[in-house]
Amino acid sequence: MRNSSFSRLRAFGSAPAKSAKSTSTMIRSIQFLTLMALTAGVSLAQAIPPDIAKKLDDLDKATKNAQMAGDNAWMLTSAALVLMMTGPGLALFYGGLVRKKNVLGTMMHSFILMATVSVLWALIGYSLSFGEGNAFFGDLRYLFLRGVGAEPNADYAATIPQQTWMIYQLMFAIITPALISGAFAERMKFSAMLLFMTLWSFVVYFPMAHMVWGKGGLLNAALGGAYPALDFAGGTVVHITSGVSALVCALYLGKRDNYPDESMRPHSVVLSVIGACLLWVGWFGFNAGSALNAGSLASSAFIATHFATAAAVLSWMVVEWMVAGKPSVLGAISGAVAGLVAITPASGFVKPMPAMVIGLAAGVVCYLMVTKVKKIFGYDDALDAFGVHGIGGTLGAILTGVFATKEVNDLRMGKPMGMVDGDAGQIVNQLIAVAISVVLAVVGTLIILKICDVVFGVRVTKDQETEGLDLSMHGEEGYNLES
Amino acid sequence: MKKIEAIIQPHKLEDAKEALKNIGVDGMTITEVRGHGRQKGHTEVYRGMEYKVDLLPKVKLEMVVTDQRADEVIRTLATAARTGKIGDGKIFVYAVADAVRIRNDDRGEAAL
Repeated sequence: MRNSSFSRLRAFGSAPAKSAKSTSTMIRSIQFLTLMALTAGVSLAQAIPPDIAKKLDDLDKATKNAQMAGDNAWMLTSAALVLMMTGPGLALFYGGLVRKKNVLGTMMHSFILMATVSVLWALIGYSLSFGEGNAFFGDLRYLFLRGVGAEPNADYAATIPQQTWMIYQLMFAIITPALISGAFAERMKFSAMLLFMTLWSFVVYFPMAHMVWGKGGLLNAALGGAYPALDFAGGTVVHITSGVSALVCALYLGKRDNYPDESMRPHSVVLSVIGACLLWVGWFGFNAGSALNAGSLASSAFIATHFATAAAVLSWMVVEWMVAGKPSVLGAISGAVAGLVAITPASGFVKPMPAMVIGLAAGVVCYLMVTKVKKIFGYDDALDAFGVHGIGGTLGAILTGVFATKEVNDLRMGKPMGMVDGDAGQIVNQLIAVAISVVLAVVGTLIILKICDVVFGVRVTKDQETEGLDLSMHGEEGYNLES
Repeated sequence: MKKIEAIIQPHKLEDAKEALKNIGVDGMTITEVRGHGRQKGHTEVYRGMEYKVDLLPKVKLEMVVTDQRADEVIRTLATAARTGKIGDGKIFVYAVADAVRIRNDDRGEAAL
């Protein structure tokens, strides 16, 4: 977990430390050699001459600055990559899957959150997520970003400015609600969507981020949580909460008019392919960035992410080929997203081969969810936010408990991590985290939807739906080829 | 004057245009259309949702020619657009009452 738990441990040595370790070892040996030299001359001078002490001090500072520069460069890059996942990544992925008349409305769902959640985050969201409050909420110490400056917050990330940590976390808070929009695509009223996403951030995301990643959070292993769950980059916080909330939205709003009788073919799988590729690339910032430094754990998470995704593409494609007769492009890119989702909680804890197993499983399970199970129950999760993010995230969270190993991330100082290390009990912790995410998402989303329904009405009128959200909500069209 | 309306396979458009150019037909209007005659459509599958697509993409060419040329144009078009398979399309011929060149008010065949 990104930090979840790790931050503190990381600060002391396991994770971030890898890069820190070599430098600090170096400092220590230099100090040692200097001391040796000094002791040789100890009879001449009993104390370290002030000029030498000052040099050591300067050296120490220079080393720390160098490490911060390296880590900060990667973390700022990662923050930008994660923002790119929402826009244009998710906007294109979802935009291509809807009908032509809804392409702008759908892209706007993602894009407007880049602005809305950012403002909320700066005002109060960051504080509610990462202020040290109780087990469920943060406090108001960082209200209006007060005290969030160049100094690192050692609880979370000891080698980057707290500002970098804060902006990196914001990008996760943006993409999570954006994922939900896939479920209510083509039929939610824009005003209600804005209110929904705002309330959802307060009721579901900020508390969940605090519980899993915040200091003192209920599920935060490294920072004093009661049920230490392993969630490297956001399987529970991001994908289960958004995926389950998506299902609740799909059920509450009901099916699109004439679904499934009318043709609702994606208007441009081309856009979706571009979006999926951007998601794949951006996800390196999401997962490898969750190491919170530019050290070897980042490399390990990067690699696990990549191989899991590749395996998921192939497994979805093969199953679809066998079941439906043709290997579709939409299937292949959906497999990529399923793999990316499933490896997210595990990415900083597993080796490459188990990562591929997770990807293989995600491709098959998510394929069956969106093609078979959805049909059986008949709900209209328009773009499969639940089938891919809810189910993929849950699968990933559980398999993290199976494959997490101290050989990759010695978070617990030599004690076993997952089942492969001999501690099957971690799977229970994972299930608890999944259960809490599900309950919070279901209850929170239901209440919020009810509020939005009373205030604005959540659904567009039938006429507006027929006309399309682009014209009825925004007064424009995506494609004006005659102009 | 006759109006010749040909609905053909999109991939045969270039052949048809070329053939018409070779016999000196230099005016035509082309529209991308969808439709079907006896040709069956196909099924597309998106994440398990099957969509029957029975209106297939075609191209419609329209031109107006003198009565004397009509037969030659029709034969040329049919030959150029033919693949021999179901779905090659159809040609319809109509009588035209008059024609006007908007630029200078030419009427009848002079406007063609």
